[in-house]
Amino acid sequence: MLLYALRRLIYLVPVAFGVSLLVFALVHLAPGDPISAIVPPDAPKEVVDKLKEYYGFDKPLPVQYLRWLGVTLTGDLGTSIGTGRSVATEVGSAFGNTIILAIAATLFAFTLAVILGTSAAYAKSRIVDRLVTLISLIGVSVPHFWLAIVLVIIFAVELGVLPPMGIGPENSTGWTFDRAHLAHMVLPTIALSVIPLGVVTRTVRSTVKETLSMEFVTALQAKGMRDSRILLHVLKNAAPTCLAVMGLQAGNLIGGSILIETVFAWPGTGFLLNSAIFRRDLPILQGTTLVLAGFFMLLNLTVDIIQTMVDPRIKRG
Amino acid sequence: MDTLLPIQDRGGPAQPLLLATGLRKHFPVAGGLLGRTTKVVRAVDDLTLSVAKGETLGVVGESGCGKSTVARLLIRLIKPDKGTMVLDGDPVDEPHGITVNELRRQVQMVFQDSYASLNPRLTIAETLAFAPRAHGLPAAEARERVRDLLSKVGLDPANYATRYPHELSGGQRQRVNIARALALRPRLIILDEAVSALDKSVEAQVLNMLVDLKTELDLTYVFISHDLNVVQYLSDRVLVMYLGKIVELGPVEAIYGNPQHPYTRALLSARPSMDPRKRTHEAPIQGDPPNPIDPPSGCRFRTRCPFAEDVCARLEPPLADAGAQAVACHMRVAGSGHSKAVAA
Amino acid sequence: MALQSPSLDIGGAVLVTPKPTAGGRGYWQSVGRRLRRDPVTLVCAAILILLVLASIAAPYLYLADPYKTSMIRRLYPLGSPNHWLGTDELGRDMFARLIYGGRLSLFMGVTPVVCALLIGGSLGILAGFVGGKTNMAIMRIMDVFYAFPSVLLAISLSGALGAGTENTLLSLTLVFIPPICRVSESVTTQVRGFDFVDAAKASGASAFTIVRVHVLGNVLGPILVYATSLISVAIILAAGLSFLGLGVKPPEPEWGLMLNTLRQAIYVNPVLAALPGVMIFITSICFNLMSDGLRAAMDVKA
Repeated sequence: MLLYALRRLIYLVPVAFGVSLLVFALVHLAPGDPISAIVPPDAPKEVVDKLKEYYGFDKPLPVQYLRWLGVTLTGDLGTSIGTGRSVATEVGSAFGNTIILAIAATLFAFTLAVILGTSAAYAKSRIVDRLVTLISLIGVSVPHFWLAIVLVIIFAVELGVLPPMGIGPENSTGWTFDRAHLAHMVLPTIALSVIPLGVVTRTVRSTVKETLSMEFVTALQAKGMRDSRILLHVLKNAAPTCLAVMGLQAGNLIGGSILIETVFAWPGTGFLLNSAIFRRDLPILQGTTLVLAGFFMLLNLTVDIIQTMVDPRIKRG
Repeated sequence: MDTLLPIQDRGGPAQPLLLATGLRKHFPVAGGLLGRTTKVVRAVDDLTLSVAKGETLGVVGESGCGKSTVARLLIRLIKPDKGTMVLDGDPVDEPHGITVNELRRQVQMVFQDSYASLNPRLTIAETLAFAPRAHGLPAAEARERVRDLLSKVGLDPANYATRYPHELSGGQRQRVNIARALALRPRLIILDEAVSALDKSVEAQVLNMLVDLKTELDLTYVFISHDLNVVQYLSDRVLVMYLGKIVELGPVEAIYGNPQHPYTRALLSARPSMDPRKRTHEAPIQGDPPNPIDPPSGCRFRTRCPFAEDVCARLEPPLADAGAQAVACHMRVAGSGHSKAVAA
Repeated sequence: MALQSPSLDIGGAVLVTPKPTAGGRGYWQSVGRRLRRDPVTLVCAAILILLVLASIAAPYLYLADPYKTSMIRRLYPLGSPNHWLGTDELGRDMFARLIYGGRLSLFMGVTPVVCALLIGGSLGILAGFVGGKTNMAIMRIMDVFYAFPSVLLAISLSGALGAGTENTLLSLTLVFIPPICRVSESVTTQVRGFDFVDAAKASGASAFTIVRVHVLGNVLGPILVYATSLISVAIILAAGLSFLGLGVKPPEPEWGLMLNTLRQAIYVNPVLAALPGVMIFITSICFNLMSDGLRAAMDVKA
């Protein structure tokens, strides 16, 4: 088991190398060089050259890559071209805000999904099953940023019961656990949770249904086990598949919150990324993408290892 | 008219149709921290065999002994790590010999799983026409050949050509598989557990058909099976395998009438007796075959052999002549050091 | 009766089935038959065909000019005379813009999936069929793309490349290649393990012929089902990019972009502001249901 975890971790090295190449390439995919994009077109050539030298853009690409990789490995993500502050600080504070929202959405979506999916699989009446199927279909089909707007229209504009945007009251400096901040979280959390809700409900429903049709369930029923105990056995068997899907969805929440954060002006990584794109602040774009991808990789690794631990059928040694 | 004709005999009846020398196949097993190859499964180890023209060579052994690997090696579906093959005098896959594709024109195979070995998306006619078409037979001739093949295996062309595999019974599917193996007019057919999955009654029909086809088309068979009775019924010579090695090889009467190797004896006495007075009271062989990843030193059978002695662990017994057959056992080698060794 | 075979020309009058009922029915025929009996799939297909036809034929439908602005007629509510779906923040007719918007929105949703299907599908089939080092090389590269959440990858790529329809198509195609490649690889690896592929190899046919005749027919179904399920994701993602200002540039009518520009109107005319999203929703739900229908129809032995 430990050997497997170690092997997966080692396997992650070449992937991480590839990711770093891709993230580095992001800057150089951009038309023109990164400096010309931010200086006025009539800037004197010396200034432009000086800036290029300062940011290291005058060196050949492989050299630039190795320098960037070296610096990045020490935890230094560079300096924001827009604000002049350290990218690590900017991404760090935004990442915290994104995580809070993601955790809330994950908890909400997964809890609801397990309840809905299981009850649909168990449902004797077709109506319950149909209803849950419909909910999950809507979950995977709805454009979540549009749902965010609709939620704002209903609850903020028409009813006026919840704040339309921001992380907290106007003088808020950061997220704290209080009523006002929680109220600001409600709409973004719901909007963010629709996709994972749809996907996970679907998976839970089909996996539990499949497990229920397996012969060991018939055997348990035949030996007279109580239904609630059987449910435990069923869920245990359905868990690995569901966990894998949940892990992927949790990761996608982090990356997918960009649109929701933009609608709600939630100061997270997505919001940061979006504004960096429009200011053509490439170090921020690079840094945010790298941090999010790194987090996503570690999350996938964790899910993979947990899945191996939960599922005795997978023997990886 | 028909352009894809049977290959003519070249070396005369005395020359073996297929001669395989020192065939070896080890499959790597990934392991360790970096997933490097640290262990190998010794599926087939230095196997030498010859198949005479017109004979049926039976290959028997427990599951996992490397029978199917031998089949796939002989038709080059897997490449041997070592060893040479000579087909009717022509070395295979060597500068002055014939190519693997030319080998496959003359050697064909019938697989065990009649369902998995037929493409579910193709009709029977399409499946049968595939090989001839791939070898450049014109469409009209291929169509003619499909009809001919179906009739040969006892399926009415008018009824079966346009059907799909899932519409056929297991026996019918296996007949189609045999027809496909015949499609290129090969000289040697490797039957890898070809009838094992069939019901007994169907099995008998297919076996009889195989016997008839052999005479009619002048074929040579390598018949691989775990069913000792079927092998006895069909074979001229029998090869007994244990953990990737030949333990005994000889004429069917000698192997069944006077088995020399303890393993062959154990296998044969494991057959249910037809005579109620000759009940088998004790299991003639204990335990499972050892792991082929790490086979025992010396004689591979020694861990389950009731006569095993020190020499069996130290030395690997050679395949030596012992009467009518060849046996790989220290007890049959004079002066081998085994207490029961034959006198010089 | 000619045999239904796209690959092997052995059809002809010789092989006639005496009783039509005894004759086999092809896999694709039975899939088609099942699809025709599935009302949900039929309705969704009809809606989608209607949307596609309407957006293609938009210039001939006597619609209002979707680009013509008017300072006076801004944000008319639904049901207004001459503008039954109202007008947008620049006074352009909403109905015309929604119909015209389908052109870009559908195009930008479907095209990347089709391109990714061609590229990712070929790569996946290659990796699965050849196996070994080729497989390793291809799949390791895909793993790199897999290390990014798809939305992040799309937005970062589009952000780096800059706004514009071509760049959006490019980045979305890149996003969808890895998942399609992975699915293609895994089904191809599965099919390659079947004895009929070995039998085909033993027949001496070339690898290309084997893939064409024996592999494609067996892997295309699952790959297509998966790809259609991605279309709805692609449409939402493409609209999302335009919504962020990373896709289509104004004044082009496109549903995502319209959602963005109408956001300022949510206090004045909230229903109007939500309309483009309804179109995305309908399209996406139809593609999802169609994909489900296709999956169910293909889940048959033959």
